Amino acid sequence: MKRGIAFCLAGLATAVVFPLLAPNYLINIGMLVFFVAFIGQSWNIAGGFAGQTSFGHVVFFGTGAYTSTILQVTYSWNPWLAWPAAMLAGCIVGWMIAFLAFRAGLRGSYFALITLAFAEVFRILANSVPFTRGGLGMLIKADPRPMNFQFKDPIWFYYVALVLCVASLLIAWQLTRGRFGARLVAIRENEDAARALGIDVFAEKVKALTLSGAMCAAGGTLYVQKYLYVDPSIAFGVDKSVEMLLVTMVGGAGTIFGPLIGSIALTTINEVTRGLASVVPALKNVQPLSLVVYGVMLVLIVARLPDGLMGLFRRKSRHA
Amino acid sequence: MLEVRELCKSFGGLKAVDQASLDVRQGEIVALIGPNGAGKTTLFAAIAGFHRPDDGRVAFDGKDITALPPHRICAAGMVRTFQITQPFAKITVRENIMVGAYLHTANRVVAWREAETVAGMVGMTAQLDRLGADLTVAGRKRLELARALATGPRLLLLDEVMAGLNPTEIAEIVEVIRGIRDAGVTILLIEHVMQAVTSLAERVYVLNQGRIIAEGTPAAIAEDPLVVEAYLGHGAAKVLRA
Amino acid sequence: MLDPGIIFAGVLNGLLAGGIYVLVAVGLTLIYGVLHIINFAHGSLLMLAMYAVFWLWRLLGVDPYAALPVVIPGAFAVGYLLYRLVIGRFSHGRDENILLITLGLSIVIDNGALLFFGGDTQTIDVPYAGSFVELGVAFLPLPKLISFAASLVLCGLLGLYMVRSDTGKAIRAVAKERQGARLVGIDVGNIFAVSYGIGIACLGAAACLLMPTFYVTPSSGHAFVLVAFTIVVLGGMGSFLGAAVGGFIIGITEALGGLLLGEQLGQIGISLIFILILLLRPTGLFGSRA
Repeated sequence: MKRGIAFCLAGLATAVVFPLLAPNYLINIGMLVFFVAFIGQSWNIAGGFAGQTSFGHVVFFGTGAYTSTILQVTYSWNPWLAWPAAMLAGCIVGWMIAFLAFRAGLRGSYFALITLAFAEVFRILANSVPFTRGGLGMLIKADPRPMNFQFKDPIWFYYVALVLCVASLLIAWQLTRGRFGARLVAIRENEDAARALGIDVFAEKVKALTLSGAMCAAGGTLYVQKYLYVDPSIAFGVDKSVEMLLVTMVGGAGTIFGPLIGSIALTTINEVTRGLASVVPALKNVQPLSLVVYGVMLVLIVARLPDGLMGLFRRKSRHA
Repeated sequence: MLEVRELCKSFGGLKAVDQASLDVRQGEIVALIGPNGAGKTTLFAAIAGFHRPDDGRVAFDGKDITALPPHRICAAGMVRTFQITQPFAKITVRENIMVGAYLHTANRVVAWREAETVAGMVGMTAQLDRLGADLTVAGRKRLELARALATGPRLLLLDEVMAGLNPTEIAEIVEVIRGIRDAGVTILLIEHVMQAVTSLAERVYVLNQGRIIAEGTPAAIAEDPLVVEAYLGHGAAKVLRA
Repeated sequence: MLDPGIIFAGVLNGLLAGGIYVLVAVGLTLIYGVLHIINFAHGSLLMLAMYAVFWLWRLLGVDPYAALPVVIPGAFAVGYLLYRLVIGRFSHGRDENILLITLGLSIVIDNGALLFFGGDTQTIDVPYAGSFVELGVAFLPLPKLISFAASLVLCGLLGLYMVRSDTGKAIRAVAKERQGARLVGIDVGNIFAVSYGIGIACLGAAACLLMPTFYVTPSSGHAFVLVAFTIVVLGGMGSFLGAAVGGFIIGITEALGGLLLGEQLGQIGISLIFILILLLRPTGLFGSRA
């Protein structure tokens, strides 16, 4: 236990010091690592801890992204105020989807598919509705001052992402140590037994999705503040859903550090393939190659290593 | 404490439970027996809220609980175990039991201690750190018992807790159950193992093809020709007596 | 608001498209009925088949309809091997595992296509593409009519095969009662692979029938998957009749949606139907309890 805490603190210290020494290019990568780990953790709460696999988690991301952007651009809200509003929106959407889906008794694959359908509905709406500027997307006016939640120096985005990531780790840690988390795990393992032991399965699942939605929406806002642009395919496209799912499953679903480890692993793969692409000219486009590798990893993880990379650590410690 | 009146439950055209009525008074150990397929587990499931009865009433401590959802019935003080064990496979025995303990506390430390106490009562202290998936059949049965116990029930519905155990294990569980009753928990159990029924139960109900066909002390039941015929077939009672 | 003639034409076009959707859905529902797998890779495999038809035309000058006798067995082989080597081997336990594995496959296929074929939209130009058949006020493209007819014929043949042939009977036996089928000596593992193969063969056929009037890009897979699932869920998982009825309903919905709401928003009808069915009647029109 003591060793674990020491390790965490060392990691945190490294993460804090890292951008002070690294070039901007690496700082941006670092930011992405923590950002993906953060939204991955939001998926982990629903999919890893509570066992409700979602294929459409991007719906919360996009809700957050559009909410804060519309409030800023159309209603001139300060982005720091729009941020909690976005989280509230994510909360509400999470509640709504969970209420509908679980009230109808949807589980397993059916739940996964309906989340996908909801994401698609949101995407089509965003593409067609005037207040999102449709397919053109929305631009946030570049005015890099801290009070606008925009920073000239990428190091600040890095730190925001780091803070969010640490916060998400603490939330996950609290889940492993409290009643709510224990109940979610029970639901994941066996819903009927959980019911028999007094757990209101419906209510707990809805809570999990609500929390997950709020977190994911927070990530959406951060993303738009960094890149200053959002459109329906960025906000509600399948790619982010896959990413969140993937980093968690690869790292270890239902563990505290799973999403972070998965994010580091996937970012590494991404950079490696980028390096490969620059050397092998035949590979026109890097992004799909990374995704091909991700897809293969997903199959291998589910087939051979269902506990993800964290499962490797666990096995070692159990034999020790 | 528990009143079941004329409970009916059908699946498709099949009447699984047909106007079953039974009573369990506080502090008793009552057994529900009957041949395979008699509908015992269905009756349990209907009492505990997992099936909605088609007809009839269930009252617990005077309050009507018919068709309440299982988690509310559990909160009211009645808990059931499952015949086919349902451990939470990927977490430890301790964590399993804590899930039950969390019913009446939100505090992890309290739940932790509860789990240890309960584990002690059922004799699982040595296995607290094993994963649910790694337990033997006997271990899983004890875990079912321990988890249910941790919720602090006043009435415990045990579904074939002895199935698959060897005589030594059975004798141990019998002692455990007796201890639980002495600690103030009322017990209604489904059992096939007659040794357990005769040593534990004060009263026995016999279920056959969904209907209660007999009620009485274990000794009286054993003599009842209807009961003998339910198990051994039509006319068996006469043959045996001859 | 809208001219009834336009609506009439829209419905007809929707029916024609629906006929091909039926073929896609039949494959998916067969796979579910027999293997209890929700084949998330269905759309991606259709996209792959469509590319195969395209390359056959581009490189060898093969007319898409003429390609049927080649593409169908080819697709069957791909499906059979895919099951034997990947899906069958790796899918143990929870149904979400298989869903995730087929998701992984779809990611690999979609992005592999992007990598090797590029992101451009590809179409086939057949000489008869410009021919139309008049039906009242509606002008129906000839290829669509041919495809529709071919699809019906193929579905009919598949139905005959399932009812008359030994393998077909074995497949239906396994779908109804797996253990019983095993006990009677049916090689269930092989039947699984064959069923998956047939499901993909349907995609091969659909690809040949779609390419004369459609386009293909690597993202086509994603577009088709939701349509396919909606049809199957609407019709009822595992029901052929459901797949047929569902296919036509969705075809018409898509056409009318496009007419009434515009190209973009029209697509929403399908997703909404999907959500509503799952929430209100998950077994669909003709399905049995899941």
